[in-house]
Amino acid sequence: MPESLLITLPWLVLLAPLAAAVAILLRGRMSSASSAALSIGGVLLSFIGSVGLWVACRGKGVPEHPLIWLQAGDALAAGSLTLSFGFKLDDLSLWMLLVVTGVASLIHIYSWGYMREDRAIPRYFAGLSLFTFSMLGIVMAGNLVQLFIFWELVGVSSYLLIGHWFERPRAADAAKKALIINRVGDLGFLIGILMVWSITGTVGLGALAEKLAVNPELLGTSATLAGLLIFCGCVGKSAQFPLHVWLPDAMEGPTPVSALIHAATMVAAGVYLLCRVFFLFTPDALHVISWVGGGTALLAALIALQQDDLKRVLAYSTLSQLGFMVMAVGLGAPSAAMFHLSTHAFFKALLFLAAGSVIRALHHQQDIWKMGGLRSRMPVTFWCFLIGTLALGGLPPLGGFFSKDEILAHALTHNRPLFAVGVCVALLSALYMFRVVLVVFGGASRDVAAGRAKESPAIMWVPMLILAALSAGSGALVAVDHPFGVFPSEIHPPRLASLWAMLCGTLALLLGAALAWRFYRGAAVDPLPLQWGVLARTMRQRFYFDELYLWLNRWSHELLSHMSDFAERWLIAGAGVRGASGLALFAGSALRLLQSGNLQTYALWMAAGLLLLLYLFL
Amino acid sequence: MHALLTLILSFAGALACGLMPAGRARQIRWVALAFASLGLLTALHCALRYGGSGVADEVDWPWIPSLGARLAFGYDGISLPLLLVTGLVAVCGVLFTWELKERANEFYAYYFALVGGVYGVFLSRDLFLLFVFYEIAVVPKYFLIAIWGGTRKDYAAMKLVLYSFAGSALVLLGLLGLYFGANASTFTLQELSQASLSAPLQYVVFPLLFVGFAVLAGMWPFHTWAPTGHVAAPTAASMLLAGVVMKLGAYGCLRVAIGLLPLGAKVWAPWVAALAVVNIVYGALVALRQTDFKFVIGYSSVSHMGFVLLGLATLTQTGLTGAVLQMFSHGVIGALLFALVGAVIYSRTHTRQLEEFHLLIARMPVIAWVFILAGLASMGLPGFSGFAAELHVLMGAWQSPWVSAGLVVLAGAGVVATFGYTLVKIHEAFFRPRVASGSSDKEGLYEPMTAAEIAGCALLLGSSLLVGLFPSLLTDKMQASLKLIVDRLNEAR
Repeated sequence: MPESLLITLPWLVLLAPLAAAVAILLRGRMSSASSAALSIGGVLLSFIGSVGLWVACRGKGVPEHPLIWLQAGDALAAGSLTLSFGFKLDDLSLWMLLVVTGVASLIHIYSWGYMREDRAIPRYFAGLSLFTFSMLGIVMAGNLVQLFIFWELVGVSSYLLIGHWFERPRAADAAKKALIINRVGDLGFLIGILMVWSITGTVGLGALAEKLAVNPELLGTSATLAGLLIFCGCVGKSAQFPLHVWLPDAMEGPTPVSALIHAATMVAAGVYLLCRVFFLFTPDALHVISWVGGGTALLAALIALQQDDLKRVLAYSTLSQLGFMVMAVGLGAPSAAMFHLSTHAFFKALLFLAAGSVIRALHHQQDIWKMGGLRSRMPVTFWCFLIGTLALGGLPPLGGFFSKDEILAHALTHNRPLFAVGVCVALLSALYMFRVVLVVFGGASRDVAAGRAKESPAIMWVPMLILAALSAGSGALVAVDHPFGVFPSEIHPPRLASLWAMLCGTLALLLGAALAWRFYRGAAVDPLPLQWGVLARTMRQRFYFDELYLWLNRWSHELLSHMSDFAERWLIAGAGVRGASGLALFAGSALRLLQSGNLQTYALWMAAGLLLLLYLFL
Repeated sequence: MHALLTLILSFAGALACGLMPAGRARQIRWVALAFASLGLLTALHCALRYGGSGVADEVDWPWIPSLGARLAFGYDGISLPLLLVTGLVAVCGVLFTWELKERANEFYAYYFALVGGVYGVFLSRDLFLLFVFYEIAVVPKYFLIAIWGGTRKDYAAMKLVLYSFAGSALVLLGLLGLYFGANASTFTLQELSQASLSAPLQYVVFPLLFVGFAVLAGMWPFHTWAPTGHVAAPTAASMLLAGVVMKLGAYGCLRVAIGLLPLGAKVWAPWVAALAVVNIVYGALVALRQTDFKFVIGYSSVSHMGFVLLGLATLTQTGLTGAVLQMFSHGVIGALLFALVGAVIYSRTHTRQLEEFHLLIARMPVIAWVFILAGLASMGLPGFSGFAAELHVLMGAWQSPWVSAGLVVLAGAGVVATFGYTLVKIHEAFFRPRVASGSSDKEGLYEPMTAAEIAGCALLLGSSLLVGLFPSLLTDKMQASLKLIVDRLNEAR
């Protein structure tokens, strides 16, 4: 590929969706069809460009041509700041580009079917394009500040998409909650960037990697802290414990949005970030990361088991799988994490799209207990959902099997307790996913709408079929040599561990499926609350995290706010300002009394003054 | 065009508008728009012409020989962004008061007197002259609020003037200390900056000058004039107050206190940083509790000015760049928010009480989206000028030896709190569901934005976006001028 094309193509990939978004916004009242066409065209253009870049540059990387964005002070002097805008395109980001643009293209197309009756389609597609642009910016970013900029843009565009149906108070609240909680994580991320920058003097990803390769002790004692602060960004965006609470609420957005940003891209950005800056993490930092990931995986899988809202089950399942990926990074296996990220992007997008197909067919009914018997009425959707479930559960040889196996094998070699956690999560995943399959598609219809459901139109199921094929076939990536680039410190687990992991993973899947069969075949109500009592209730209430955070917010932020307001009202404006003006007024009125205009009084004061002077001086 | 033209045009505008008959509101506003636009064009032309270093368009005439005060004018890279923001806000202020009928001739006379005073401060190269313009800017504010104001206008006008004069008194004391301490026979910045001032003198004079100026910048705990003043002021005046008058104080802090007293600055910088962070966090926390939409914006101004002060306290090139950039950024965004709340929304709803707003986005969709954009800009979303400014400030603060890391973390938490109150207030205003009663569902759309309003919003949002995307447009011009100050700080022992 000629040099000039290599410079312009990344810009095209990045800017095509933005151009679509701007065009839709500027046209104002655009027709639904043309806005959809623009948006889909933009993302397809990005996809084609990504494919071109991947084919031409895989294994070689694309040379960087950073532009200076801003500069304060002399370039080399102490206390100066230079920030540039460039693209870092190595195997990792090239592959991620493919995943993001590929899945996003399918979801854009599906949206046109799903949102057909919506009143604000141009706004929807503008948001979708803006989001895609921001996400591509994260993937291609050449330095940490640039990454952070797009990181924030992703947050805001997800705010617009989650709140698309803002007439529903819950959607508006969910959008707000997502943005604020993300921002909390971003605070840590930003401070981490500041820390790395102040010690190394650079924020460029390439330059940082080189400097740390030359001198691994460069960051000194702050290395662990800096790494963990950057990890905070991932905790927010990838919804890891303890900032996981926004993701399930974000299901208030339209289902394609959930598929795009809460399965395949935005939440995956956190894992991508970890892989991108993997060279920064010390063993201590990695240890913390692995446990946060493992803990999130288990916690979310437990909660998912007792949710009745179809999309919420998938949301918690996403949390759980993301925890799995984060755990993989923590175990020192970023390529396993990227592998699982890719397969998960396919099968989770597929599951969400299939769920969207069900929800739309049932006129926006999301309660799984009001569905049932949909297997015969929506066969395509059923098979797609089943393939997604099996891929998630890890049935050989579907995509999820190989990626999960890699993570489990790493856990087995590095950290046995986390291996146990991983197997438990695998079992629970199979259990909650088959619960949904059995309740939604099996048995008899438990609601009128479910009895009349019809299969969705082709514009919706064609993308689903493509994703189903990708979910099933993506395991083939295991045969490719280093598809996501080479991570220097990564060691592959021995073959024996891999075999054990396969065995345990598959057994967990079978056991989970069998348990689901036993509990939920033909069930009309959930039997678990009766059998498990308090445990089931706690799971259903999401371990009371939302209540806890509400309480914490009330006693920290709101309390501080009340206190500041009190200080403002009564101490500064009250005592301070009024006090000063009161004193002046009081002094004025007191002194006024002296000026009575009465000659005798003046004479008296004069005499008193004279006497006082005489007393003082004599 | 010569930079002095901004000043001359403003006072000429005051005269022209003042002399027109009051009944001719239509003609008056066009005349006002013409004068304000010419000022903006002059400022823009200066910006394009400025070479990047030194003082441009210098003039220097003798004025009061016995004191050594001179009529010295000129602008450098620090004045330049402020001239621009003054021009921008002056134009938009006219646009957002397009419908003003009551005593329009007097209104614009005071308005342009204020604008002229502000231009004068930014152009002065002589401290005495600077101080005179600084005082000129106070008087019209009083009349603008006391005559055309709203909520508790007499109280607010008086409070604002008393605070301004109290600050000025401190500044005057400081100036006299500087003048006699330097044993100078001159007030020009050029010569004062070369005078050697003893360290103890600097330690004493710096707080006088800094606090005196910072009163007008809204430094905690001397900030309370700002919210009440902003709320009471008519829209155009509150735009000027938030947009440029608060910058006068910050500009004085930088140009006079830090620029002339490097040793004093280094001693007091940690305290300034602490107060600045109080500004950021406290302003954001109090804003969350406000029920009057305009008070929310008023306290957000206090919070945002904290970033200017924090940037100043870093005493580093990066941080000072951020401070000046934030002055521009808040000037533009603050003015826009006040315009939206005080004029665009209020003229349709006739209330500013947030609890009376219900799902406003359904009734004024375009205005709501413009406000949300402005709110995002105010939160420091990348792409808008606020992000570039805050990034500079935080990065400068992190590497500054005078600002502790803990303060930077707190300032960062302040940014999160800013997200919090901005989103909460946006939701209260635009997304709160309608009350259950049936009649409110039938409420129709409010009238769409007028051409003047669209022009004003586009101008302000557009400039924030332009500077946000290409901050080097402004920052490159500042570097040489700021470097002079930073070098002096580094050399002072």
